[in-house]
Order: sequence, then structure tokens, then C-alpha cells
Amino acid sequence: MAQVVTSHRGPVTGTATHKRKKRPFLLDLYSTAVGKKYVMGITGVAMMGFVLFHMIGNLKMYAGAAGLDHYAHFLQTLLYPLAPKGWVLWILRGGLISMLFLHLHAAWSLTRLNRHARPMKYQSKRDYQIANFASRTMRWTGIIVLAFLVWHLLDLTFGVVNSETGKMITHPGDEESVKAVYASIVYSFQRTPVAFFYVVANILLGIHLFHGAWSIFQSFGLNNPRFNSWTRAFATGFASIVVIGNVSFPIAVMAGIVG
Amino acid sequence: MSNHLKNITLRIWRQAGPAAKGNFETHVVDEITDEASFLEMLDLLNDKLITEGKEAVVFDHDCREGICGTCSLMIDGQAHGPQRGTASCQLHMRQFKSNDTITIEPWRASAFPIIKDLMVDRSAFDRIIESGGYITAETGGAPDANLIPISKIVADAAMDSAACIGCGACVAACPNGAANLFTGAKIAHLSRLPQGQAERYSRVEAMVETMDEKFGSCTNHGECEAACPKEISIDVIALMNKDYRKAKFANRKDLARK
Repeated sequence: MAQVVTSHRGPVTGTATHKRKKRPFLLDLYSTAVGKKYVMGITGVAMMGFVLFHMIGNLKMYAGAAGLDHYAHFLQTLLYPLAPKGWVLWILRGGLISMLFLHLHAAWSLTRLNRHARPMKYQSKRDYQIANFASRTMRWTGIIVLAFLVWHLLDLTFGVVNSETGKMITHPGDEESVKAVYASIVYSFQRTPVAFFYVVANILLGIHLFHGAWSIFQSFGLNNPRFNSWTRAFATGFASIVVIGNVSFPIAVMAGIVG
Repeated sequence: MSNHLKNITLRIWRQAGPAAKGNFETHVVDEITDEASFLEMLDLLNDKLITEGKEAVVFDHDCREGICGTCSLMIDGQAHGPQRGTASCQLHMRQFKSNDTITIEPWRASAFPIIKDLMVDRSAFDRIIESGGYITAETGGAPDANLIPISKIVADAAMDSAACIGCGACVAACPNGAANLFTGAKIAHLSRLPQGQAERYSRVEAMVETMDEKFGSCTNHGECEAACPKEISIDVIALMNKDYRKAKFANRKDLARK
């Protein structure tokens, strides 16, 4: 005879599993933890693409003020005159905002699910075997990077905490003035605590990517014995490239190479 | 030559029933041969407790040769203890030293409610199996052996997953209490073989969704693989994720036909 033991999640014993609600297809996919991990991965890939190109674009800093400012102007007038100035940039930004929102929502609801799955923790010390620092701190590195993102936007996009952001400059040989992005970055990183926060946040982003970029292969089921040994190398390489590139900017400003 | 271990302190979780509040109880094993298995050590402790008129420690055990998946002890913060690739019953006292303190806890997960002391109810696994962990077989006379040719490579891969004994160490070891390794192993076992193809996509959809009602989610730590007494690889989780995606699209397309 089966023994009925109940928990707050309802009876564990009983032959019938309850019928699932009819939902639109995408919501149905998203309703399971496996589906949410797909969303986590897809939005993660999109944001990985962003951080990589953001870093590569910012390397223009080493080409001098005119180089970086013209690149920023190019982004603001992307596809102009086919599309009005700024529209394409805002469409891309809208995409990123929704990716970030979905990534956060999936993380939040999966965390809640996991808390419910073990309401009573182990009462003695756990001895983890292979879970690494990166995988176990995803929530924390994620939250700190999110806090950094808010600061970063207030600093270099909206200029709430940076008086140089939004000022215009006419470079020699130009007809029209462009946003003085280079000057605002230099001003920002000359404040030591800002540069320090930037470096710390980027190292944490690297740690987040070290697990995230590897995790994608597992969550998407892209498992092939022929390239399994490469997935860890890919994640390490990707995280390192992004971190080294990004961290070089404040260091270059502090060292006077960019200024 | 066997050696004897002396003065082993055991901190054992005691809990009178599912709803009772449990706590650690300390017992000292004065002397034990290092050839004793971990469960034999608990047997000796229970003998002593019964002689003293106390209640014996309740723990799950059956075959004691590592193939039934009944034993389920969290030993010093590790599912099935410090030895890789073995269940608690195959762990021997030679893994420990004299004067050691060993902490023993039950599996902890909302899907595995504690029945008493170290014994938990793992019937949530049965719910997952019921929802799709089977194949449709023809009735009638027994078919000839080897009627369906299966390559050695495929048979080996299926066997690696079929090795799962359903002990629940993956759930116990997972920081999220997820059952993805168990479910993945059961899905991979059947989905790699020709007999499992007919229900391949309905199986993965049903099993994943049943798992979802009771367990946590996978964050790819790999702790389950490290704890698994059969050393089943987390590759089976990737296979499950891939098949779940395919199943969702395939089932949707097929159901759209009127």
C-alpha cells in the first residue's frame, strides 16, 4: 500500500498528475523550468552579443577623441536616412531592455522555484564537489552587475551623475557637432571610486559569463562529445576577452594613456 | 589485515515523523573494524540502542550491494558520503579515521518528505516514471532475442543511463533540489533505443512537466553527476533539454492536424 505523505506542495503519492492548463504556445513553453532555462540562454546570448560589441566599439577610444565620437554618432544615426536619426538605436535598446527583463524574470521565478524545492536546508555543512565559485554566485554577480548597469547608464548615457555627458563638440574637419562621448568617459574615469567600481563590476561580469556562457550549451542541449571539451574553453575565452577589453578603459584613463 | 577504528562520534538526524521537528543526536561508536560497511556500522549502533532500550535509528536499506538504490544518506555534507561512484551501502569504514565525527542527515527536498529519522519518501520519482518512463510493448508470445538490431555504441550509451538506480542522490546533492539527472537518465535510456522511439516526444514532455511540479530547476552546477553512485553524466540533462524543445514543437505541429 502506498504511503501518503503530504508536503505544502500537495500530495506526493497518487497516480494522477493534474492536467495542465491550456496556454498560448510560448507561455506554455515558458511555464516549465526547462523552458525558462531556454529563455535564460537566449536572452543571455543576446546580451553576450551586446557586451562583446560594446567592448569592441569602445576600443575606438584608442583611436582618439574624434574616432570614438564619430563611432558614437554613427550608432545614433544608424541606417539614416532610411530611418530617422536615433530610431534604430532605440529599437536595438528596446530589444536589449526586453532581453534584460526576461532574463531577470526567469532568474527570479527559477530562484523562487528552487527555494520551494528545498524549504528546509541541510542542517550540517554541505561539502560541494564540483560546483564552482562562478556557478554558486550567479545571483549575486548578476545583481551587482545590474546595479552597475544602472549607475553606468546614469553616468554615461543620461549624464545624471556626469556633467560632461551630453555636451557637444565639433572636431577639426567636421561640419556638424557630435556628442563629446570621449570627454565624458575621461571625466568619469578620472574619479577613482568610479573607475574602481567599473573594474570590480566587470570582473564580476566575467565571473557571471564564465558560468553563463558555458551553461548555455547545457541548457540548449547542444551536447556533442566532439566539442564538449571546447565549451569550457569558449566560456573562459569569451569572459576573458570582454573583461580584459573593458577593464583596460579605466586603467588607460587613470594611467593617462587616454585623456 | 583489518584495522580497528576507535571513538567514532556520530551526529545523526532524528525526527519522529513527517511533521515533527528533528534534531541531531550524538552517539559514540567505541570500536569498529574498518572492513565494516557504513550501514553495518549503523546496524551495530542500532543493536546497542535496542539493548539499552532506546529506539533504533530508522534508515533505508535493501540490497546492500549498490544496485537497488534504497540507501540514502547525506554523510558529512555529501550524498552517499565521500567515496565517488558508490551508494552509502558500498561505503566502508576504511574511508574514515579514528576519532572522526561523522554527520548523517536525510535527503532534503520538498518532494522527498521525511518519514522518520533518515528515511524519506521518494515516490515523487514514481510520479515521473508513471508519466512516461515506459514503452509500449506488444503482447503475445515473447519475441526472439535480438530481433531488433541495436549497435553496440547505442546499447552502451543507453546502458550508461539505464544504470540509474533511482536513489535520489542527484536531488539530494543539487543545491536547487532538482531531479534533472534522474529524469534525464530515464529519458535518455529509452530515447536512445529503437523501442523507445514511438513515445519519444510525448514521453519527454510528460516527464519534464511532471518533474516540474515537484522539483527545483537545474543551474548546471554538476553536483548531481559527482554524487551519482552510477556516475551518470549531465550529458543526459542536455539530451533531455534538446528533446523537450523538439517535443514541444513536434507535438504542437501534430496536434494542429485535425
